[in-house]
Amino acid sequence: MAQIVLLKPQPFSFYGPVVAAAGALAGLFVGTAQGSGLAGIVLGAVLAAGIAWGLTHLSLPRRAARWGLAAIFAVLGFVGGGVMGLIVGAAFGAFFGWFPYWLADGRYRAGLPPYLTAGQVLWEYSFLVICGFIFFFLIAPIIVVMPLSFNAENFFTFTPAMLHLDPSGYSLKHYREFFTSSDWQHALRNSLAIAPVATALAVSFGTLAAIGLSQPHVPFRQAIMAILISPMIVPLIISAAGMYFFYSRIGLQGTYVGVVLAHAALGIPFVIITVTATLVGFDRSLTRAASSMGAGPVTTFFRVQMPLILPGVISGALFAFITSFDEVVVVLFVGSAKQQTLPWQMFTGLREQISPTILAVATILVGISVALLATLEILRRRSERLRGMSPG
Amino acid sequence: MYARTPVLTAIAIAALAGGAMAQDMANSMTLVSWGGAYQHSQDEAYAKPYMQMHPEVSVTWDESSNEAVAKLRAQAEAGNITWDLVDVEGPDSQRLCDEGLAMEVNFDEVLAKGDDGSSVEDDFGDSLINDCFIPQIVFSTTFGYRTDVAAWNGKEPQDLCAIFDLENFPGKRSLEKRPKKNLEWALICDGVPKDQLYEVLDSPEGVDRALKKLGTIKDQVVWWSSGADTPQLLADGEVVMGSTYNGRLFSLIEEQHQPVKMLWDWQVFDFDGWIIPADLPEDRLARVEDFVRFATDTKRLADQAKYISYGPARASSQPLVSTHAVLGIEMGPHMPTNPANQKNYLVNNIEWWADNQDDVEARFQAWLAQ
Repeated sequence: MAQIVLLKPQPFSFYGPVVAAAGALAGLFVGTAQGSGLAGIVLGAVLAAGIAWGLTHLSLPRRAARWGLAAIFAVLGFVGGGVMGLIVGAAFGAFFGWFPYWLADGRYRAGLPPYLTAGQVLWEYSFLVICGFIFFFLIAPIIVVMPLSFNAENFFTFTPAMLHLDPSGYSLKHYREFFTSSDWQHALRNSLAIAPVATALAVSFGTLAAIGLSQPHVPFRQAIMAILISPMIVPLIISAAGMYFFYSRIGLQGTYVGVVLAHAALGIPFVIITVTATLVGFDRSLTRAASSMGAGPVTTFFRVQMPLILPGVISGALFAFITSFDEVVVVLFVGSAKQQTLPWQMFTGLREQISPTILAVATILVGISVALLATLEILRRRSERLRGMSPG
Repeated sequence: MYARTPVLTAIAIAALAGGAMAQDMANSMTLVSWGGAYQHSQDEAYAKPYMQMHPEVSVTWDESSNEAVAKLRAQAEAGNITWDLVDVEGPDSQRLCDEGLAMEVNFDEVLAKGDDGSSVEDDFGDSLINDCFIPQIVFSTTFGYRTDVAAWNGKEPQDLCAIFDLENFPGKRSLEKRPKKNLEWALICDGVPKDQLYEVLDSPEGVDRALKKLGTIKDQVVWWSSGADTPQLLADGEVVMGSTYNGRLFSLIEEQHQPVKMLWDWQVFDFDGWIIPADLPEDRLARVEDFVRFATDTKRLADQAKYISYGPARASSQPLVSTHAVLGIEMGPHMPTNPANQKNYLVNNIEWWADNQDDVEARFQAWLAQ
């Protein structure tokens, strides 16, 4: 159903100031980089307003005007800041070649219900901008790390060569260091040996606990649940110190088994929570139907219940895996140098030797996390689709 | 462990004794150190050669020296000492020794004589600061500065007090987020002669005077807490000068080729060395003592200087210091103990700091927060 929206051209008194405000914001960034934020704001506002007036009043062919503006800004940027300036300039030019037209034509109302007041339209777009900023502030620190990991120098520094996109400023040596250094490989092997086993334990115990706790006749359900969830709520350092002294007494401190058990304990709450959530939608008459047909509890569990709660189990397993894979506090206490994991190696590396190898590892880990979460999301969508197709 | 005399019987006895002792020695050791280039130098100079002689021994490094005191306390409390040998700075060894967490060592018995025949006491000299501390190196904390600061108009810092000279040397500086060393430097630049430093600090208004001097540059200071901070800050130009360990600056300048120079003025000497945790089981203690004897002999201490620019703690090692293992440059001029580098220097007064550290630390942190 297509909406009928009347797009009416807007006066300059409306879009002029708006474009000027956008120009001021852009000017703030450029100006701060050049040493004076205030001058940047003023110049940016004046320049943007001028562009807006020029584009709409000097009957230029639109397409040519837009490309021309992008090209002019790109050249200015290149003169000012090399290749990087060229890219930033072209982006600015393209934006300011489009923004005034968009406002002047009234196209900004195109996707919105026609009955919205001006204030509601403003809020609609402010909301988008705010969301954009939140997203930016969450993502930027992670993104910034990635180009730094290709640094040709041994410091966390954007060298001039890197800023000019000069190939000699980039190198893969920190990745090579990660794959050839025995310390890092030892840590990687430890992480890969600990996380899957801890995950398997957490998933088995967590799933069983969730199923047990979902039975209405279990006494003290709330209390048991609270205790099992507590590793997630109690500050990690307290769990870690407690585990250290307990494990020391029973001889588990500094052993592989000890670290695996500790990480399993940290992972169990995630499994319990996700599995409990899927169990809410589980129809108990299915298990009764299975037993009426002669299936024992074990068969019922694996053939009937498990396939249905599998999405919850898998996402719980994923969280448990990432918890173990990212965990540094508990392993510092419970492990010894022989169980040094990747996060531990990164932690000591960051303190003793600020080397971009840590950033290379971080980039790889971010890649792994993104791949895992993407896999999970694809699986979830697939199961939703399959369920949607099956009758009932 | 190995026969030193060609006399047949001596060899036989030594071999027998060696065989008997080897059975009583644990075959794995956990050594605790600082990580990075320093631990690498220890691994190359001490651990690898030792393992070559004793293939049955395996060594695990734990980069935990930063929290050695806290962790040793926890291990003692839990009755589960997992470390065999711990690298600590002088003042930490004092605390561990006072608390009974470090073993008191009979130096003449455990350590080897100097290769020139000098006794252990003569060879290590001043570095034997307490009964637990087995010295390895002399390091210093000193300043590095960038050589490409446009605002300095071609001038370069010539002495320590350039740190406090914002007029001629504007820009951010990095200082350690601890009172130690900073107070001494502040007083020296406030005109206190070296021999009266701790007298002034001991007086009621002494610490305030030092803090007041530091206050003149406080808003230009980036405070660091890890030895890797200042090199990083200097490398990306966030600070124009800063204090850190001389070995870190050596690596920044000679290995990473950054536009930075050393300021050898009023460097503060410190000792770094091993302590053996108290109450080790006998077999592990035997192994550790054997290793320490090897790792702190004249040759091994001199060898370490091939990998890092810290001075060996033994006098008899000094003449053996040669060239860097990779760069091939002469290490002598880069040593803090090089006479040209120690025209002015300070040695931390460990006793004064042991008595006053907690109090002064609290006042310093309060001053920082103002």
